[in-house]
Amino acid sequence: MRITDIIKELDLKVISGNSSITNEVTGGYVSDLLSDVIGNAREGNIWITVQTHQNVVAVASLKDLAAVIIVKGLQPDSDTIEKSNIENIPVLSTETDTFNIAGRLYELLNKK
Amino acid sequence: MKTFRADLHLHSVLSPCGDLEMSPGNIVEEAYRKGIDIIGITDHNTTRHAALVTRLAEKKGIFVMTGAEINTIEEIHCLVFFENTDTLTLLQEYIDDNLPDIHNIPKIFGHQVEVDEYENIIYEEKRLLASAIRKSITELEKFVHLNRGLFIPSHIDRLKNSIYSQLGLLPENLNADALEVSRATTIEKFAQVHPEIRKYTLTRSSDAHQLCDIGKETTTFLIEKADFNEIRMALAGKGGRRLITA
Repeated sequence: MRITDIIKELDLKVISGNSSITNEVTGGYVSDLLSDVIGNAREGNIWITVQTHQNVVAVASLKDLAAVIIVKGLQPDSDTIEKSNIENIPVLSTETDTFNIAGRLYELLNKK
Repeated sequence: MKTFRADLHLHSVLSPCGDLEMSPGNIVEEAYRKGIDIIGITDHNTTRHAALVTRLAEKKGIFVMTGAEINTIEEIHCLVFFENTDTLTLLQEYIDDNLPDIHNIPKIFGHQVEVDEYENIIYEEKRLLASAIRKSITELEKFVHLNRGLFIPSHIDRLKNSIYSQLGLLPENLNADALEVSRATTIEKFAQVHPEIRKYTLTRSSDAHQLCDIGKETTTFLIEKADFNEIRMALAGKGGRRLITA
């Protein structure tokens, strides 16, 4: 499934990194510890987090993640937005919390 | 220029995890007994014991770096130090404005009590000091430097509440006066895995929560005299002031 389909289905807001939103998503990962994401997220995953620091983009780029969803309407830091445009990492936003958005993403990715 | 041995990271009984014997009086006595010249009083998200520790330490010829160990919204612990009572008061106000109103449960988290020099309990902090404040590490750093303070992310090697555990990598352009490497490892060992830390001044301290741990790890400063500005200069490696690594 492409990021654009997920954006539509889950009603996500695109904050930045628009240039890569047609990329394919391989699965999802949920964590707020960036050290854990470095260790365990897989290439092409869409990552759900409460973190807004610029390192979110650095880690997503390092791990070749498809996109980041920031939950609860939290606003990413300005340098996070700037970096995501440079690194081509889509930063998406939802008003929903982690549990609910992860549940909906899981359903969507596993729908046959 | 003289050498001064410093333990910049100490928790008193006011920290929920601080042992009951960690009163300002006992901390100063223990530091004096162990020949430590400079101590940092860094309770979790509070400065309430700073004044008393300073007063008692002066009598023993020990210089006190007053501050706190702040828990940022990313749950990164950072040591912050301020030079005088005015700026330390600003720090306490900053904490009060940004600490969530979550009550401590002493049975679970530990007691958060302020004591006087005779060990009488004079205040109990009701809010849980272990909580994260509503400010990011970036915002905290700006606040500290705006008020001429010092900013040192704590125990960067630890797997919890450290800049590496929470943010994965050392942030680009991190404006830290130093980074603290805990006594669980050595600078050499941690720098093998993360050579980028060598760009920063690296301090070692005990992070003592009980008396016997005070001074278990220290930083030696080469400075003219023990005061805030000399330590600031040493951390920046200015004017011939510096840290002496063992």
